[in-house]
Amino acid sequence: MIGEWLDIGPVSQISPGNARTLPVQGGEEIAIFHTLAGAFYALVNKCPHKAGPLSQGIVHGNVVTCPLHSWNISLKTGEALGDDSGCVPTIPLRVDAGRIYLLREAVVGQQAA
Amino acid sequence: MNAQTKIEAGNDAPVRERLVVVGNGMAGCRAVEEILARDPDRFDITIFGAEPRVNYNRIMLSPVLAGEKSFDEIVINGPEWYSGNAITLITGDPVVSIDRRMRTLVARSGLVARYDRLILATGSDPFIIPVAGNDLPGVVTFRDLDDVDAMLAAAERGGANGEQGRAVVIGGGLLGLEAAHGLSLRGMQVTVVHLMPTLMERQLDEAAGYLLKTELERRGQTIVTGADTAEILGRDGPNGKHVAGVRLKDGREFMADIVVMAVGIRPAAGLARTTELEVERGILVDDHMVTSDPAIMAVGECVQHRGACYGLVAPLWDMCRALADHAVGKPSGYEGSVTSTKLKVSGIEVFSAGDFSGGDEVEDIVMRDASRGIYKRVIVKDDRVVGAVLYGDTADGSWYFDLLKKGEDISDIREALIFGQAFADANALGGGALADPNFAVAALSDEAEICGCNGVSKARVVACIDGGAHSLDAVRSNCKASASCGSCTNLVERLLALTLGEGAVERGAKSLCKCTSFTHDDVRRLILEKQLKAIPQVMQELHWTTPDGCASCRPALNYYLLCAWPGEYSDDQQSRFVNERLHANIQKDGTYSVVPRMWGGITNPRELRAIADVVEKYDAPMVKVTGGQRLDIFGIRKEDLPAVWADLNAAGMVSGHAYGKALRTVKTCVGSEWCRFGTQDSTGLGVRIERMTWGSWMPHKFKIAVSGCPRNCAEATIKDFGVVCVDSGYELHVGGNGGIKVRATDLLCKVETEEEALDHCAAFIQLYREQAWYLERTAPWIERVSIEYVKTALFDDPGAVAALAARFHHSQQFMQDDPWAKRAAGEEAELHQHLAEVRPLALEMAK
Ligand code: SRM
Ligand SMILES: Cc1cc2nc3c(=O)[nH]c(=O)nc-3n(C[C@H](O)[C@H](O)[C@H](O)COP(=O)(O)OP(=O)(O)OC[C@H]3O[C@@H](n4cnc5c(N)ncnc54)[C@H](O)[C@@H]3O)c2cc1C
Ligand code: SF4
Ligand code: FES
Repeated sequence: MIGEWLDIGPVSQISPGNARTLPVQGGEEIAIFHTLAGAFYALVNKCPHKAGPLSQGIVHGNVVTCPLHSWNISLKTGEALGDDSGCVPTIPLRVDAGRIYLLREAVVGQQAA
Repeated sequence: MNAQTKIEAGNDAPVRERLVVVGNGMAGCRAVEEILARDPDRFDITIFGAEPRVNYNRIMLSPVLAGEKSFDEIVINGPEWYSGNAITLITGDPVVSIDRRMRTLVARSGLVARYDRLILATGSDPFIIPVAGNDLPGVVTFRDLDDVDAMLAAAERGGANGEQGRAVVIGGGLLGLEAAHGLSLRGMQVTVVHLMPTLMERQLDEAAGYLLKTELERRGQTIVTGADTAEILGRDGPNGKHVAGVRLKDGREFMADIVVMAVGIRPAAGLARTTELEVERGILVDDHMVTSDPAIMAVGECVQHRGACYGLVAPLWDMCRALADHAVGKPSGYEGSVTSTKLKVSGIEVFSAGDFSGGDEVEDIVMRDASRGIYKRVIVKDDRVVGAVLYGDTADGSWYFDLLKKGEDISDIREALIFGQAFADANALGGGALADPNFAVAALSDEAEICGCNGVSKARVVACIDGGAHSLDAVRSNCKASASCGSCTNLVERLLALTLGEGAVERGAKSLCKCTSFTHDDVRRLILEKQLKAIPQVMQELHWTTPDGCASCRPALNYYLLCAWPGEYSDDQQSRFVNERLHANIQKDGTYSVVPRMWGGITNPRELRAIADVVEKYDAPMVKVTGGQRLDIFGIRKEDLPAVWADLNAAGMVSGHAYGKALRTVKTCVGSEWCRFGTQDSTGLGVRIERMTWGSWMPHKFKIAVSGCPRNCAEATIKDFGVVCVDSGYELHVGGNGGIKVRATDLLCKVETEEEALDHCAAFIQLYREQAWYLERTAPWIERVSIEYVKTALFDDPGAVAALAARFHHSQQFMQDDPWAKRAAGEEAELHQHLAEVRPLALEMAK
C-alpha cells in the first residue's frame, strides 16, 4: 500500500468547501478539494476552458465553479457541466484513518506521459 | 503446558476439530452462534476474550451510560450459554501471539491453545490522537464497559469543591455525541470539541448537522466545531497527575474532570500483523471471511473486505452467516454491505444512509418543516434512491434504506417520495393520482389550515384566488396566506395552479435563486423578523429546497446576514468568491493583482517606495495607474500575497478592496487647495469620506468621488455617491454608473457643511446596504425603487439620516480592520500555501 499510494497528510489540512494545491515538479499542479458534504477529490488544477486555477473556485455539491469564467466542473469526473464541454484529468484519491492518499502513478506518472 | 491440559480436559470427543475464537465480542460470539445453528457437534470451541466478562451488546453501552439500561439487560450470552454449548470461555486474558505453523496460540497469562481452525474477531481499537497528555489518568475512550464505568465514576465524583463535574468529549461523531449525551444526563457539564465544522459530518450534511448542533446546545451542551486539539492539560492532584482540561490549537482552553476521546476507530489488526497474515487497514479476507491463511478466518470490525472496513453491526451479521456457511462446508459468500446510521440520543431523531455527497448527477429532494424541526433529504440518481438524511422525523428511514438497498425504481412514486411511505402507498392505492403533483393539496378539506401563522383555511385561499388574486403576491396581500413565515408558500402555489390551471398563474417577483421561492426582499425581511443568524438556519427556517444552497444564494445570504447582524454574524468564507476570499483580484493566468488603498488618490514617497520595492522584490511584471487613482501591482503568486501585504502594511498601506463587493475608491480632484477654480477642499473631504467608509461590505461595489467645482474633474456624477462642491456648500449625487451602461447621477440634496456631507453619505450607503439586492449596484437599485423613494426614506422623517448614519457607524466598528494585516500575520495561511510539493520520480527513487 505504501508503494502505491502517496500520503498527502491529514484531512484537517483542507477545511470543507476549500481546496489546496500540490505542485508536481515537472508535472501538472494538482488541486485537492474537500466538499461541504465531506468528500475529497483531486483534479489537475487547470480548467479545461482557459486553464483557470480550479482550486480557487467556489465548491458547491460535487462541483467547482471556475474562478475565471464560471464554468462548472464536476469534481467526480473532471468534466465541464451544462453547455460547456471539456475535461480535466482526475487523480484517484483515498482517505484512510484521517489521512489523504493519492494514487502514486497518477501523480508522478504524469510527466512520463 | 498445564494450561493446555486444562482446556483439553473439558473435551470429551477428541475427534472433533478444535475451533478457537479470539475476541468475545459481538462478531466472535455471533459467528459461534451461527456455526452452532448449522452443526452443533462439529467443533470443539474455545473463546478467548480480553474483557473480563461474558458477551454483551456493545451498542447498548450508550443507554447504559445514559442510565436507560443496566449491564444485565444488555448481556447477549450469559454463562449458561457457554456451558450449555460446551464452549470453553477464557476471559480477561488476551491472546498475544499465534504460531501458524504449529497452529497454537498463547495468551497473556501464558495459557497455550491448539487450533485446527481459528477465528479472529478482535474488533477495533479507539484511535488516540497523538497529542501531549493523551495518557493522563482521566483520559478515557468509549469502547467497553470499563470505559463506561470510568465515566460513571467521574460523574459520581463531580468537580472540585463539590461543583458540577466537567467533561470534554473530543469528537462530535456518533460515539462522541452518545458519550456527551450520557454524561450530561449523569449531571456533568459537557463540552464537545470537534475538528470539522459540522457534527457527524460523515453521516450528516451541513443542514442536518446544524440542526443537531442547535438542539444539543439548547440542551445545555457546549459544542465547539472547527476545533483542533493541541494538548491535554494535566494538574497535580492528591493521587498524582490527573487530567485538567483540553487546549485547542487556537489557544482556547476547556477545563475538564474527564476527557473522552471518541475520534474514530481502527481495526484491531495488531495480532494478525505480527502473525504475518495479510493486513492493510484491516485483516484481508475473501468472500468467505478466510484470511491469507486458509486455517484462519476473521470477522467483524477487524477485517477489510473488498476494500471496506465497517464500524457498525449490521454488516457483521452478514459476515457471520458467510463465515458459518464456509466453516461447515457449505460456502455461500458475502458481498459487502450498505449501511445506515441512527443516533441513539433520546429525543433527537437522526438517520442517514448511503451517499449524500450530492452533486451534478443526482437530484436532491428536500423537505423542511421549520415549525416541527424537520429536515428530510432524499438523494435520487437515475430513478433510484442512493442516499437519505433525515432529521427530526426518521420514521421513514428504514423505508428509504430498503428502497436504496433494493435499488428499486421510484419513478412512479417520485412526487410522494419525500412525504414518506404511508403517503406513497395511499397514493399507489388511489391509482397513482400523484402523477399529478397537486394531488395532495386537492385532497385537503376546505377547512384545512394552509397558513398557520395567519390562520387561513384552504377555502379562504381559494376564494381569494377566485376573487382575482392570480399571483402569490396578490394572495399574500389579500388574505395574508404565506405572508409571514412563508412555510406554506408551496401549498399556496399549488392552490393557485389547481384553481387557475398551471398556465394562468401570474409569476410575481423573481425568487432569489432556484433554491427558494422567496425573493431577495422576503429573505432580507425574514432574516430580521425571525432573527436568523446563520446560513443553515436561514435555509431551514425558509424552507430551502436544496441542502446547502448554490453559488448564487450563499454569497447573497452571507452578505445579508453580515449586514443584518454586525459584530454578531461571523463571515462564511466558503460563501465568497475567490477574490474576496483571497483579498486580491485573480488574473487570467491565475496570479493576482494587488491594489493598496491610496486615500483620496493622494500618495507620498514612503508609499511609492514601498510599492517600488514590492514590484522589484516579487518580480511583478507590471505596475499600472488604475482608473480609480491608485496603483495596481500585477502578477503576484498566491503564495507571495501575505509577504507582499506585510511589506505594504509596514509602509502604512491597507487593502484597497479592489476585489470586493465593498467600498472601492474615493476619487478626488485637487480642489481649493491648489486649483484656481476650486470652491472647497475636495481632496480633504474625499480623504475623510474614504476613512469613514473603507472596509464596509455592500450589495455590490461602491465608488465615490468628490469634485472641487462643477467642472467635475473627479467624474462625481457617474459614481454611486458623488459630491460636487459649489461656493455655497456641497451638492450630493447618487446612483451614477460609468460601467456597462452609463448612468448619470440623480441629485439627492444640497448641504452646507462637510459634516452634513459625511452624514448623508453614511446614511445613503446604509440605506443601500440594508435594502438593495445582492449584486445590484446603486444605479439599477434606484431605477427600481425610484429616486423619490430614496428621498422619502432619507428625508420624510427628520431623524432618518442620523439613524441610518448611526447604524452605518456601528457596523463600521466591526468592518474596519485590514484583512491584509490578519493574513500577513498568518491567519488562514493554508489558503496561500501548497499542501506539499511532489518531486519527480527520479528524485524520489534516489532517496
Ligand atoms: C484595474 C481597473 C482598470 C484600470 O487599470 O484602470 C479595473 C479593472 C477591473 N474592472 Fe473595472 N477597473 C477599474 C476601474 C473601473 C472604472 C473607473 C472608475 O472606477 O472610476 C469603471 C467604471 C465606473 C463604474 O464602475 O461605474 C469600471 C467598471 C467596471 C465594470 C462595470 C461595472 C458596472 O456597473 O457596469 C466591471 C464589471 C463588474 O463589476 O461586474 C469591472 C470589472 C473589473 C475587473 C474586476 C474585471 C474582473 O472581474 O476581473 C478588473 C479587475 C482587474 C484587476 O485584477 O485589478 N469594472 N472599472 C480599475 C481599478 C480601479 C481601482 O483602483 O480600484
Ligand atoms: C458505545 C458504542 C455504541 C455503538 N453504537 C452502535 C450502533 O448504534 N449501531 C451499530 O451498528 N453499531 C454501534 N457500535 C459499533 C458496534 O458495537 C461494533 O460494530 C461491534 O461491536 C463490532 O463487533 P466486533 O465483534 O467486531 O468487535 P467487538 O464487539 O469490539 O468485539 C471484539 C472483542 O475482542 C476483544 N479482543 C480484542 N483483541 C483481543 C485479543 N488479542 N484477545 C482476546 N480478545 C481480544 C475485545 O476486547 C472485544 O471484546 C457502537 C459501538 C460502541 C462502542
Ligand atoms: S475594461 Fe474590461 S478588460 Fe479592461 S480592466 Fe475592465 S474588465 Fe478588464
Ligand atoms: S478558465 Fe475556467 S471558466 Fe474560463
